[in-house]
Amino acid sequence: MQEAGDLGWWGVAIAVIGGAFRVSTPYIFVSLGEVITEKSGRVNLGLEGILVMGAMSAFAVAVMTGSPWLGVLAAGIAGALLGAVHAAISNLPRVNDIAVGIALFIFGIGLAFFLGKPFTPVAGPILPHISLGAWSAFPQVRNALEINALFILGLVVAGLVYWGLKNTRWGLMLRVCGDSSDAALAMGLNVNYVRTVATMVGGFLAGIGGSFLSLYYPGGWNEGLSSGQGLMAIALVIFARWNPIYCVYASLLFGAATALGPALQTAGINENYYLYGAAPYFLTLALLIYSSSPDRLLAGAPAEVSISK
Amino acid sequence: MTTVIKSPPLVETKHLTKRFGNFVALSDVSIRFTPGSFHALLGENGAGKSTLVKAIMGYHVAEEGSLIVDGIERSIDNPKQAQKLGLGMVYQHFTLVPSMTVAENLVLSEERVPQIVNWREKRAAIEKFMAGMPFKLALDRPISSLAAGEKQKLEILKQLYIGSRFLILDEPTSVLTPSEADEVLSFMKEMTLAGKISVVLISHKLREVDTYASDVSVLRQGRLVGGGKVKDMSRADMVSLMIGRESVSQPAARTASGQDKVMLEIRDFGVMNDRGVPAVRDVALSVSASEIVGIAGVSGNGQTEFVEALAGQRELTGGGIEVAGERYDRSRACKRRLGVHILPEVPLRNACVGAMSVADNLALRNFDQAPFASGFVVRKDAIRKQAEDLIRQFGIKTRGPDTPIKALSGGNVQRAVLARELSAKVNVLVVQNPCFGLDLHAVSEIRNRIVNARNEGAAVLLISEDLDEILELSDRILVMAEGRIVHETPRATADVNIIGRYMASHHD
Repeated sequence: MQEAGDLGWWGVAIAVIGGAFRVSTPYIFVSLGEVITEKSGRVNLGLEGILVMGAMSAFAVAVMTGSPWLGVLAAGIAGALLGAVHAAISNLPRVNDIAVGIALFIFGIGLAFFLGKPFTPVAGPILPHISLGAWSAFPQVRNALEINALFILGLVVAGLVYWGLKNTRWGLMLRVCGDSSDAALAMGLNVNYVRTVATMVGGFLAGIGGSFLSLYYPGGWNEGLSSGQGLMAIALVIFARWNPIYCVYASLLFGAATALGPALQTAGINENYYLYGAAPYFLTLALLIYSSSPDRLLAGAPAEVSISK
Repeated sequence: MTTVIKSPPLVETKHLTKRFGNFVALSDVSIRFTPGSFHALLGENGAGKSTLVKAIMGYHVAEEGSLIVDGIERSIDNPKQAQKLGLGMVYQHFTLVPSMTVAENLVLSEERVPQIVNWREKRAAIEKFMAGMPFKLALDRPISSLAAGEKQKLEILKQLYIGSRFLILDEPTSVLTPSEADEVLSFMKEMTLAGKISVVLISHKLREVDTYASDVSVLRQGRLVGGGKVKDMSRADMVSLMIGRESVSQPAARTASGQDKVMLEIRDFGVMNDRGVPAVRDVALSVSASEIVGIAGVSGNGQTEFVEALAGQRELTGGGIEVAGERYDRSRACKRRLGVHILPEVPLRNACVGAMSVADNLALRNFDQAPFASGFVVRKDAIRKQAEDLIRQFGIKTRGPDTPIKALSGGNVQRAVLARELSAKVNVLVVQNPCFGLDLHAVSEIRNRIVNARNEGAAVLLISEDLDEILELSDRILVMAEGRIVHETPRATADVNIIGRYMASHHD
């Protein structure tokens, strides 16, 4: 690329920043969803399935109605329904939520592939973006600063979740259920009900995260759309210490790592492309190793979540 | 927040009976709790104290009898209803949410938490409420950073905050230092004398009943066996009502201690807790043969981590251990060779495999040795024979050697683990809270076995939260606070008040 040469290494940095805004969007939604679910005391490992199902439903509804925003809504609803399935099964006595999550993961992907077949060759509408880079003469900068609408929505949701966990009746109840089901029972809370709602809201957000994959540039539905963002978001929640604001930072970091390979490519560095492409996975592993320890519990982990027991 | 100051209710139980299957937990119990009284419920474990208060609070629904509050018969089906009538309970296990702050926990206890919490208003209200209370707690501290005594105080504050005027305290002082216990109970007594609340105190500590309660009711095997004004009863009266005619065995006599031969030597010992913070720091101590060294301390001051490290469940951050002059590396082989035996707290969780049989659990230390194993094959008959012997010898109450050990009562699990640990040669015996939650008979029996092990030459390290137990058993007393040994005294010159002061000490 000629222009990239003009900016030199700055071109790589700008492409990484732009990539971070774009790629982080699904991470933000999925991790916020998982924060809500885990704060209630459950882990939903099925978010990858929900993400893919969200991508498919979003695209299908957007194609049929012509409105990408209806697609986003449909993705959320599909996610909430799958969340309800997870919750309903996990509510049964002696059912392990991790196992249910893995089953849901496979089920969600399978269902999406099955229902999505007719939509593979179709072109569909695309979500809008806001250009913040008009001041710059460089097309790379303008490109990088095309902020998609869902990213901004994600920031708003992160702020809302952060505020809501501290300042609303629902947020407090959620945290009680996630921290001490004994205390929740003593308060007369219906723990299963709270966890069901939390898993559905978590699924709703993860579904929206999925809609981004099929409704933002280049758009379209195919079976290789997700590359494990739903699973990595779960690692990201641990890294972010169950804090919604940290989730945004961590998502940006993961987004930047994912954007590294393509960014280097635009700068003309094609060697080791697949190695750079693996950056987010290396990052996941490194963060999990960094944040684990044989004799320490994770600070901030909801005590009822089975991974922290 | 309920701002209306109501007077405490008159609560009466009439002929309450509660059965669990065939077991009668409560039989025809009629008690009158007059407003403003400080009423103690005495009884051994399983006497029905907890069942009675749970029936009052609506956790259990009694089959027969009635509950009368201010002259009106009430059927209370759940704790929320009890709450509406001003009845509140402070639980033995804490119901505070650990990761939340003091203020958040208080707001959560309100009957109706607002949809959106206006923290400025709430904080002002809570601060106003706190101003009238004798205990002060910083509103923004998370519960997980509070000491046990502070949590207990917060549990009580919480009940007062939501307007309970009839407070049930379930063994509230078991986690407190003597001075904290006095502080909490004196405050409760003042409140009752001022007629602001009624208190029901579940306890088996006679000193507390004597000092603070105005009335007492004694339960035994589900029946009300006596009671009255505390000033009309002696401690001996209360004990004989509690345990009936059966006698409790006398403390075992002690032989001279072998002060000359150091059996267990611990140097510069350091251990981290689960959060990666030092839990035990620079502990150095030695125990001689035929000596019991008691480590007193409030729960959560590093005792559990200390015992886990001695048992090999937790890495040391420094220091070393020697047993009879040899390095003790905490391995199974080393424990066996040097005769190190450990009875940790909650042995069902820490020293047993719950789903395995009593016989297998009794053989956990020696199943891989002759005569219990030949080559790769374990000899079930020999293990069973050993179990039958130990069950008889230690009086373990079990349906048979094949019963899963988790089906046994707490006292019998304790007996079984002690039987296992004392059946081989014992050089060092480490015991932690050996009598927690046991009835008086089991307590005296287990204490006698510990003293006997000492008399036979073992070096015994007793870690206990029960100061009376430490004072009764130890030859020498150490105090652990915030992971350090802060005080040492021979038993002869031990002073409860001084020990209590060291138990509450802070370093930082």
